[in-house]
Amino acid sequence: MACSGCHPVGSGVETSVPRLAGRKAEEIVAQMRAFRSGQRSATVMDRIAKGYSDAEVETIAEWYEAQR
Amino acid sequence: MNGKRVNRRQFVSVSVAAAGSAALCCAPAIAQGGAHVVVIGGGFAGASCARQLKRLDRKIQVTLVETNPTFIACPFSNAVIAGFRELSAQRFTYEKVAADGIALAAARATAVEPGARIISLADGQRLSYDRLILAPGIDIRWDALPGYGEAAAEQMPHAWKAGEQTLLLRRQLETMEDGGLVVISAPANPFRCPPGPYERASLIAHYLKARKPRSKLIILDAKDVFSKQRLFQSAWKELYPGILEWVPLSSGGNVTSVDPNTNTLVTDFEKYRANVANVIPPQRAGGIAERAGVADVSGWCPIDPVTFESRLQANVHVIGDAAIAGAMPKSAFGANAQAKTCAMAVVKLLRGETPLSPKLINTCYSLVAPDYGISIAGVYHAVDGQLTEVPGSGGVSPSDAPRSTRSAEANLAEDWFRTTTAEVFG
Repeated sequence: MACSGCHPVGSGVETSVPRLAGRKAEEIVAQMRAFRSGQRSATVMDRIAKGYSDAEVETIAEWYEAQR
Repeated sequence: MNGKRVNRRQFVSVSVAAAGSAALCCAPAIAQGGAHVVVIGGGFAGASCARQLKRLDRKIQVTLVETNPTFIACPFSNAVIAGFRELSAQRFTYEKVAADGIALAAARATAVEPGARIISLADGQRLSYDRLILAPGIDIRWDALPGYGEAAAEQMPHAWKAGEQTLLLRRQLETMEDGGLVVISAPANPFRCPPGPYERASLIAHYLKARKPRSKLIILDAKDVFSKQRLFQSAWKELYPGILEWVPLSSGGNVTSVDPNTNTLVTDFEKYRANVANVIPPQRAGGIAERAGVADVSGWCPIDPVTFESRLQANVHVIGDAAIAGAMPKSAFGANAQAKTCAMAVVKLLRGETPLSPKLINTCYSLVAPDYGISIAGVYHAVDGQLTEVPGSGGVSPSDAPRSTRSAEANLAEDWFRTTTAEVFG
């Protein structure tokens, strides 16, 4: 799970990067789509989102939703 | 195959073996039900992989072989050199790793017998394994640059492994008089942390500009192109005009020898007598890779991009800087991503299942000044046996971004460091 290098799975880390653990999968999917289309501006997420298909984004989103 | 498995599980727990003899004694009861995976090297790749294995399957016995009681992280060590961060912020222990139920073996791995699946440690222990994961990082190629060697590095530090070398370079900069010349030599590809020499040059230039403004820094480069080049060069023009000069290969930047007695770096065209010389020499995979027979003639380790299993030895995986990971750069972020992917593959392989073809990410931040960050990102997948960048993904920070973006990326760099070190060591 390469995403957790920046988006922590645990709760003990201080970071300005949005926490994804426990977030609703559909929210994560919507944001990833917005990054990919350029609808939402970003520093790096636009560049990363373009590397994932819809199905892959859904898998990632479901995994994060399942984390605490 | 199955008949052999029993044997392979006859491994020795670290505590038992420490009291025992050099012979491979057997304590099969300890291993009951769980395969034994040995990880050599406790950095961003190895420590992460060991923990991920335990998280994925508690029954797997994991031993982490690492000689240093503390890990000293390289990312952000350039800030230590430039004097705005302390080395203590780079130190991490293995307490939490051990608390996960991972056995720590604090001895150097001296030999690997891939056929018998046994490794030998310098303290006489022998460990048998079902799967071995090598994460040895880099070694300096002491024979690659005439005049350079371990003794020369005490005068002309490489500071490419964080620790005493980092502090030595910092002290040299601190004691240098204003008006001095700092020279950094950057090696040809591949090497650990491709943007690292240029971040270092930037941050040293930042220090010189503030503290020793009559000084100058020259980068002598064995390359004509480098990571995040346009972003670095435009920032240098803006922030460090007249202080920082880059000499590419085509302008005679290739350093052919050094003389530590006179602190001189020699190129085909000129001799540079430096007040402070930072020689970043050519590198190769950490020594155990060669001893295990997983390094090729390049000095690095070819791997399968799905499982990170060595192409040269079965049941041995190589992750992190030591691996030839196709388009993925040798970075801490990449090493951590590879570690988690490899752990998932190894768990599947131990269960006789087929590993999933992974997607990996790399995101590397570099500081050009303490409040000026730039990044490169990439998403990678396996295509025709190679880790290849997913078309249309990745790239560097925009060249026309406002200073607010640069400062946001400087903060994100620190956020990444905190999150990743917490994941690996916390």
